[in-house]
Amino acid sequence: MTAGGGPRFIGRPWARVDGPGKTTGEARYADDLVLPRMLYGKLLRSHLPHARIVRLDTSRARALPGVHAVITGRDLPVRFGIMPTSQDEEALCLEKVRYVGDPIAAVAALDEETAERACEAIEVEYEPLAPVMSIEEAVAETSVRVQEHGDGPVPNVHKNVSLEFGDVAQGFAQADHIREDVFFFQGNTHLPMEQHSAVAQYDAAGRLTLWTSSQTPHYVHRALAKVLGLPMSRIRVIATPVGGGFGGKSDPFSHELCAAKLAVATGRPVKITLTREEVFYAHRGRHPVLMWLRTGVRRDGRITACHIKTFLDGGAYGSYGIATTYYTGALQTVTYKIPAYKFEGTRLWTNKPPCGPKRGHGTPQPRFAIEAQMDKLAEDLGLDPVAIRLANATEPFTRTVNHLRITSNGLRECIERVAEASGFRAKHRRLPFGRGVGLAVSTYLSGAGLPIYWNDMPHSEVQIRVDRGGGVLVSCGAIDIGQGSDSVLAGIVAEVLGLAPSEIGLVTADTDLTPIDLGSYSSRVTFMAGNAALEAARKMRELLVAAASAHLEVEPDGLVVGDHRIHAAAQPERGVTFPEAAALAEARFGTLVTVGSYRPPRLAGPYKGSGVGPSPAYSFSAAVVEVAVDPATGEVRPQRVWIAHDIGRAINETLVIGQIEGSVYMALGEALMEEQVFRKGLHKIPSMLEYKSPTFLEMPPVETILVVTDDPEGPFGAKEAGQGPLLPVIPAVANAVYDAVGVRIDEVPITPDKVLAALDQAARGGVGRVGPRRVPPFRFRDPIKVEPPAGWSVPWRRGLPVAGGAPGLPDDLPTGTAPSDARPRDREAPEEP
Amino acid sequence: MLRLPPFTYLAPRTLEQAVGQIGEAGPEGMLVAGGTDLYPNMKRRQFEPKVLVGLRGIRDLGRISGTPAQGLAIGACATLAQVASHPAVAEGYRALALAAGAVSTPPLRNMGTLGGNLCLDTRCNYYNQTYHWRKSIGFCMKKDGDICLVAPGSPRCWALSSTDAAPAAIALGARVRLVGAGGERVVSAADLYRDDGMRYLSKAPDEILVDVILPPADGWRSTYWKLRRRGSFDFPILGVAVALRSGPGGVIEDARIVLGAVASRPVVATRAAGLVMGQRLTADLIGRVAQAASEPAKPLDNADLTIGYRKRMARVYVERALRELAGLPYDGAPGGAR
Ligand SMILES: Cc1cc2nc3c(=O)[nH]c(=O)nc-3n(C[C@H](O)[C@H](O)[C@H](O)COP(=O)(O)OP(=O)(O)OC[C@H]3O[C@@H](n4cnc5c(N)ncnc54)[C@H](O)[C@@H]3O)c2cc1C
Ligand code: SF4
Repeated sequence: MTAGGGPRFIGRPWARVDGPGKTTGEARYADDLVLPRMLYGKLLRSHLPHARIVRLDTSRARALPGVHAVITGRDLPVRFGIMPTSQDEEALCLEKVRYVGDPIAAVAALDEETAERACEAIEVEYEPLAPVMSIEEAVAETSVRVQEHGDGPVPNVHKNVSLEFGDVAQGFAQADHIREDVFFFQGNTHLPMEQHSAVAQYDAAGRLTLWTSSQTPHYVHRALAKVLGLPMSRIRVIATPVGGGFGGKSDPFSHELCAAKLAVATGRPVKITLTREEVFYAHRGRHPVLMWLRTGVRRDGRITACHIKTFLDGGAYGSYGIATTYYTGALQTVTYKIPAYKFEGTRLWTNKPPCGPKRGHGTPQPRFAIEAQMDKLAEDLGLDPVAIRLANATEPFTRTVNHLRITSNGLRECIERVAEASGFRAKHRRLPFGRGVGLAVSTYLSGAGLPIYWNDMPHSEVQIRVDRGGGVLVSCGAIDIGQGSDSVLAGIVAEVLGLAPSEIGLVTADTDLTPIDLGSYSSRVTFMAGNAALEAARKMRELLVAAASAHLEVEPDGLVVGDHRIHAAAQPERGVTFPEAAALAEARFGTLVTVGSYRPPRLAGPYKGSGVGPSPAYSFSAAVVEVAVDPATGEVRPQRVWIAHDIGRAINETLVIGQIEGSVYMALGEALMEEQVFRKGLHKIPSMLEYKSPTFLEMPPVETILVVTDDPEGPFGAKEAGQGPLLPVIPAVANAVYDAVGVRIDEVPITPDKVLAALDQAARGGVGRVGPRRVPPFRFRDPIKVEPPAGWSVPWRRGLPVAGGAPGLPDDLPTGTAPSDARPRDREAPEEP
Repeated sequence: MLRLPPFTYLAPRTLEQAVGQIGEAGPEGMLVAGGTDLYPNMKRRQFEPKVLVGLRGIRDLGRISGTPAQGLAIGACATLAQVASHPAVAEGYRALALAAGAVSTPPLRNMGTLGGNLCLDTRCNYYNQTYHWRKSIGFCMKKDGDICLVAPGSPRCWALSSTDAAPAAIALGARVRLVGAGGERVVSAADLYRDDGMRYLSKAPDEILVDVILPPADGWRSTYWKLRRRGSFDFPILGVAVALRSGPGGVIEDARIVLGAVASRPVVATRAAGLVMGQRLTADLIGRVAQAASEPAKPLDNADLTIGYRKRMARVYVERALRELAGLPYDGAPGGAR
């Protein structure tokens, strides 16, 4: 059996399957749901950044007509949190509030107005505590403690990490030139169009259903079970279409737990939709990170050693913060051959909304630092920015000094093609004053190699059912958050079965109906759910082909799965339609159900902390940004962005380009204007009007170049596209500003007042830089010293075949997937009568 | 979502009815036109009127009549989109067309009116926040509190006049017709405003702004420049309206320069305008005028970007606006464009 005539969809542009519903307004988001007898819930949130709750009296609220239930922390005392090691959140604060917006009580009432009035009627007496509002304060503070748990050496340290790979002292000794720079990356938030919303229902039989706008229904499922004390088997979580997440809907949230508890308490459905201001408080966005970076290079630009210190402003709770901390140190080595590398990182507690994962999770900040520093190093050495990156670029099928396994790697091609397309060499340092170009590169994971809680089970599972009418139904726990996972599932199955993606029925992200997918985070879904879908689809194809083979009396090898038909390769007219094949197969095998699942290979290195960073494959990107800087106003206007992205292979080119353009857009916002800033203990600008995020008028043209490397383990060779392309754009903007007007803004966002200040300084004969001067004194742990893997920089394989059978490659490769199959054990089914 | 507080909505058909209804409602009543400023403010509890008198049902208030040669009358309920695209406005009163076209976004310009824009509440980023937020930081005197959070020692409120149309209207010598229970009066647009963030209008709360009267446009050329972070959505953090009337040989016979969003009311830069009177516009003169015009700008830390930056931009923007009118090369772009 062969696939007829090469891929019909894979690698090509095609319309996303959820497009019609989402563009016509038919898609039903969580807040669109209205159930009979539904109540509306609201959370009372703290208006103080740090305080002890002395008294909480809900009696006046309960007495209001139309109020059905009021709950407090005493009703939900069990702590939770996304990471097993940071179970520090309470659905409603019991003793202490830790940021303006921390929830303390919840109300269910007949309508939102009544619920709001009830919240106002709740009496709270606080004993205010001094708030800790910055990295510097958190490091210096010795008496005020934001959180109870921590990692020393001072009270407000959540995590304190130190890792050393190879001999860093020797590496620096070998350097011809060493630079030390300090950078700051301000925090920012996801700003999804859709506010978080959840609807809960507790039925008469004692089963709880939660519809929620979530990227991680499985983790919400676990948290509900834990906090509500119900077995998971009595809870059903359905993720509704997500109107933007970007990492902001990856934690279990108070409003989800409270909606559920209120539904249990009232016996009526309860909906809680956050206001925009509350979304700013729910946050989990980009950590502000202060960074110190020291890099040694040889005269030719090759790095000899690198040492980075990162200080993360974590906010008041753990969230994903431990992972984020490690991510600030993990991926520098994946783009550059760094023979000796030291990473020291700490996450600090402050009285602000918790930070967490935002597109690029912990890696855009150090990427900004290292790429800006590479630009400076190139200048110091008289090299051009392209040359210094090529001199250090990692190779395919190598390992890194910190034990990460790189498979396919198109970094070099990305750099060369983006430089070529943008005319970088002709423009760099040659454009008139006020115009400039900047280059930067990056890498990102195609899915985290480890799950969030330790277990041996698959990360993604897919079930396919074909009915006797030829209908195909794919079930998978994956949730489409706009990234296009529905289209990826449909596209892969359609490709294998000879159908069109729009013909594939989908049931997704429903813990009752779909097998597991861990969630839409860490750019894992195309790779993992895609591999699971590929496996299930292949098995289904085998069943259909076997049945067709018996019927047509043609050996399976002589059959082609073509456009809605299975037919003899030699005699195209000798065949059956897809529905006929389905009917034949059902007659032969019974119910047509196949399954596939995916678990990444074990990739973690031999040290504590090695769980963050490994991925079955890495994407690579390189970007050039051209800017115009107005020297009188300091305004930076991106003129054009060129971005090359090593996608492995696109499942759907349209989606990939969409993800890349969306990443560029988000990156420009972070580079130039977005900032989550605080004043007098609270968020300064929690609104879409004053939290500045670009409109499409600020968006320059983007030229996307897809670099195809066919990853051997990705489905059809695919890797990620959702996060990686954001990373190089931010430092490329900073480098372009320098090229345009000769000032270094070592701090994001690059706002016009900073540019003007730097220009003024330069005009007075100063260096022309805005950025932090130093990092605070801090005692990191003694480093864990790790030997690099033997022969780490030497390619260990070349030219591997590709899972999924991209053109010219065999199509039946193992994908590292644990075999599991719903077919009858006996494959030798009886001959048809 | 944030919900509106309850209120009664009245929809008069005539001006007389409206005057009667707003008078009867007394301090509990407010006028509303497009609602694009008032409704969001009500959701955040900056205003809690019990009665709203809607002006959009009064036909005459939407009219634009006259010509640039005779002068123009623009009804208060003409939408910003209509003002921005009206040929007579574009021809004779370009600053106003640019200013109206630079307000917020296309949907808001289709709803928002010129009258509403001129009566726009003053803004401050300690004030344009939800009730919860304001409670968190401690209420200020403009609503629910008794101190100013920007200037704690100050006895007054420094919220910013943030209307785009007002500086343009003042630069163009506009007058506004007000109708109330006591009858009708016409005042200059400049006199509509007071230098007080709380009582920022000189009109009585029950006086209705009926129309904006623009004098004949002969010989005048004008422009409006707006500083904001993005090409859409944002309120001005600086507006510069300039109108010039030049005589033979390019000699300036009359000039008005008005700055918006630098104080609680539009600031007329009289001294700077005086510098160009009887002169030809040269690059050098423009530089001096821009310096003089920016002097009265005293921004406080209650809007986007830094105080120093906004102050400095006043000079740059006046200079650019004047260069544009003088036909000299300039950077940037007038109106809301970037
Ligand atoms: C996101 C956003 C961005 C915005 N950006 C800008 C901007 O860039 N520039 C800008 O100038 N404005 C901006 N606005 C404010 C507002 O949309 C405009 O100023 C609009 O023109 C207001 O007109 P309206 O008819 O909607 O006023 P309304 O909201 O109806 O009324 C505003 C005020 O004027 C009073 N009023 C209205 N009409 C009359 C009348 N005829 N007589 C007496 N009093 C009257 C009302 O009582 C109320 O106090 C923005 C608003 C939002 C929500
Ligand atoms: S200027 Fe002062 S009083 Fe006026 S709104 Fe702002 S904080 Fe309040």
